[in-house]
Amino acid sequence: MKTDSPEDLARQGVVLTTVEGLYNWGRKNSLWPLQFGLACCAIEMIAASMARFDIARFGAEVFRPSPRQADLMIVSGTVTKKMAPQVVRLYNQMPEPKYVIAMGACAISGGPFRDGYNVLKGIDLYIPVDIYIPGCPPRPEALLDGLIALQKKITAQHLTGPGRPRHLDSRAAGEFPVPEFGAHDLVGPTLPKAEVS
Amino acid sequence: MLSLEQISTRICAAIAGARIETVPNASPSAQASLLIDNEHAREIAAFLRDDRELQFDYASNVTGVDWPEKTVKVKTKTKKVIDGVEKEVEELVEQKTPAFLEAVYHLYSMVRGGGPLILRLRTGNRTDHAVLPSLTPVWRSCEFQEREIYDLFGVTFEGHPDLRRILMWDGFEDHPMRKDYQPVAEEETKP
Repeated sequence: MKTDSPEDLARQGVVLTTVEGLYNWGRKNSLWPLQFGLACCAIEMIAASMARFDIARFGAEVFRPSPRQADLMIVSGTVTKKMAPQVVRLYNQMPEPKYVIAMGACAISGGPFRDGYNVLKGIDLYIPVDIYIPGCPPRPEALLDGLIALQKKITAQHLTGPGRPRHLDSRAAGEFPVPEFGAHDLVGPTLPKAEVS
Repeated sequence: MLSLEQISTRICAAIAGARIETVPNASPSAQASLLIDNEHAREIAAFLRDDRELQFDYASNVTGVDWPEKTVKVKTKTKKVIDGVEKEVEELVEQKTPAFLEAVYHLYSMVRGGGPLILRLRTGNRTDHAVLPSLTPVWRSCEFQEREIYDLFGVTFEGHPDLRRILMWDGFEDHPMRKDYQPVAEEETKP
């Protein structure tokens, strides 16, 4: 009997995979989000977790009340300047590997409040964002689509080489500087703007 | 509810030296208000709350207004003697209104069902005399809203039990709701 392809082996009850494939498969199907919401987008996130949309179908229904047990931060809503240091601190407290979804116009860029005095012009100034979901607010389907996009991104990650995830790269930054309250604005180094492909 | 004039005369009869001015409102709502003087403000407020005929026991809303310096050109007719003949000449005279900050209180009466009665308090200027008497000792509901005016407009309320910033952080120095506030310039983004 010829059994050269993994599919043929699978028919015989033998599953072959790579360590990388198994590792990424496990990670992508148990993305536990951090349980926190910032504004109206959070209501859509809650709707996505309930029976009608059911984020559990994608293994991400376990919203953790502690950053220590979370893999995914869904920045769901307006980040005020007063809230930004706390968001960055929560992100720093999450263990690697960790991912960020910027949900909605406010989290991406400040949205309709961009010209205001109190709203951060995008959370990607302080923490690296993996998936941007536009909308004001995005519907639950859009959040699910963003989650699937993140799963694809995780599947494609190689564990070695230059494109490896941050937690496997000893030279990559582990903590991100928390901005401080200044006299007129937040002070602290910002990340370079991500190049959106 | 009594009319503004009736309320005004009632206050003046009860509190000696109180200066009250009716501020008209040109908008369709025509919701006029009472401008009261800062020295007697708390006395007037306590009177409005305790008087049997008025009983304004609930301050529902306190807000701030920034009035920058205004120059209004007003046409005035003056008599002038030109070439020995007295003539009426129209002249444009510039009238300057100095800048000030304002706190506006909306009062209701839960007992009598009247309202809103609108009170205004004005500061001397926008810089070193931005001080008003706090009405929190009279109506507890003013506490957070006066803090908000202190935070966003920079009005100091004398006699407030806990005057701190409420929305912005403690080290913040600006007052964002003032008309001359300039937000921090945005860094240029990559094209």
